[in-house]
Amino acid sequence: MKCDNCNKNATVHLTEVQGGKRVEKHLCEQCAQQAEGIPVKSNMPINELLTNFVMAHSGLQKEAGTGCEQCGITWTEFRQSGLLGCQHDYTVFEKDLTPLLQRAHENATHHLGKVPARRGGSGVPMKRQVDLARLRKELAKAVEGEDYERAAKLRDQIRQAEAS
Amino acid sequence: MMKINDLTSRAGEWLRGNGPMSEIVISSRIRLARNVCGFPFLTRCSRHQRQQLESSVRETILGANIAPQVLYVDLEAAPEVDRNLLVERHLISKPHAVAEGARGVAVAENETISIMVNEEDHLRIQVLRSGLQLEEAWEQINKVDDQLESQLDWAFHTRFGYLTACPTNVGTGIRVSVMLHLPALKLTSEIEKVFRAAKEMRLAVRGLYGEGTEATGDFYQISNQSTLGKSEDDIISDFKHVVIPKIIEYEHIARRTLLSDKTVALDDKVARALGVLRSARLIASEETLLLLSHLRMGVHMGRVKDIDMRTINELFLLTQPAHLQKLHGRKLDGDMRRAIRADYIRQRLGGN
Repeated sequence: MKCDNCNKNATVHLTEVQGGKRVEKHLCEQCAQQAEGIPVKSNMPINELLTNFVMAHSGLQKEAGTGCEQCGITWTEFRQSGLLGCQHDYTVFEKDLTPLLQRAHENATHHLGKVPARRGGSGVPMKRQVDLARLRKELAKAVEGEDYERAAKLRDQIRQAEAS
Repeated sequence: MMKINDLTSRAGEWLRGNGPMSEIVISSRIRLARNVCGFPFLTRCSRHQRQQLESSVRETILGANIAPQVLYVDLEAAPEVDRNLLVERHLISKPHAVAEGARGVAVAENETISIMVNEEDHLRIQVLRSGLQLEEAWEQINKVDDQLESQLDWAFHTRFGYLTACPTNVGTGIRVSVMLHLPALKLTSEIEKVFRAAKEMRLAVRGLYGEGTEATGDFYQISNQSTLGKSEDDIISDFKHVVIPKIIEYEHIARRTLLSDKTVALDDKVARALGVLRSARLIASEETLLLLSHLRMGVHMGRVKDIDMRTINELFLLTQPAHLQKLHGRKLDGDMRRAIRADYIRQRLGGN
């Protein structure tokens, strides 16, 4: 059986009741994780799988105190103090932080403005990474808006940036 | 090596009162929140990590060639009066003065640059200039940020920008604040309109010492709140071309109204302020601020001719508790401070 979203093999089969109707979904591992928030590991014991499933669908995970593995802060602790514990939290809590950031920053979700010229330790030129991310986002927008002339230009710019 | 005592007797940059639009705009301030990769944010730092961070950041700042002379104050070791002195000069925040643990501040370029270490974020870089000088302030702080960035790895996220302990600062990490003196809007009861307009533009209005302080002496600080999704240039340009000119215009209109319709009431306010300042034997710092504010307005509106702005600007600063004690060379209790303050003001203003 093929996944509902892509062409991979479906290994996750969900049956949900939505508005009195039975809905079946067949997904591959990746789509299941993305769309349903169900972490899937092959050969996971059934009880662990069930626990994960219940947690993902009841919001229990946050209250149960799964926190950042680097600084240990949980979402609940952050909500109490208003201060995050380390830079990694922005990745760990990205999904929960987004609506909060939108409220605080007039609906903005992405940084615009200064970018450090380098990120020392990793040696990755930060500016290029951000430029690329921005170009790819603009490309997606151009394609969506069927502005193919602009899309072609952006594609060339991306190729150039990648090669540099 | 500069000492903290070198600061005491001169007026700080923000009160020099000589920048553009200085009759209404006291100062322009920009601060950048920055964190260093490899350390948790401060609430999650152990005592040891905090010390490590402070000493490594201190070393970097002192070695970064920011200015020919840099004063670094170890705030964990500094006496209370020195910490309060730095607050009065707007070089550190109140929370930074009273916090615990390893922390400090670097001050350079005639106090236009200050860098708080281990405040809410690892570094809070600030540039403070007299009058309306936002672009100059940005140019200066951007350079300091570049210099520090060449030595330190800032915590940065491709989507969220510069990462800060509080998500309300994330993105550019910038706070632009303009300190305004708006006595005429206050006297004509029009100040509420400014508050409402500022709120609509998503700007914060605060008092003389920033977050959580009341507006004393008709000084108001207007700052941006959004830091994500707008570039530094856009935020600054909004202030320079839209927000501040509008408020200045309102204050000018209010001053003209006072001059044309309420001349006697205006002169009464100014003369009473001068009368009390020249005669009082005991005076508290809040009352001093309020009266100096009226006097400042009187001088700018040409109602008082024999006092110069410089004297008033210096009095604003030197009559505050920590400065008074520092000038006097010892700790003074409240009553003594009020007496000494009154004496000092009478002497400077040629009183009875």
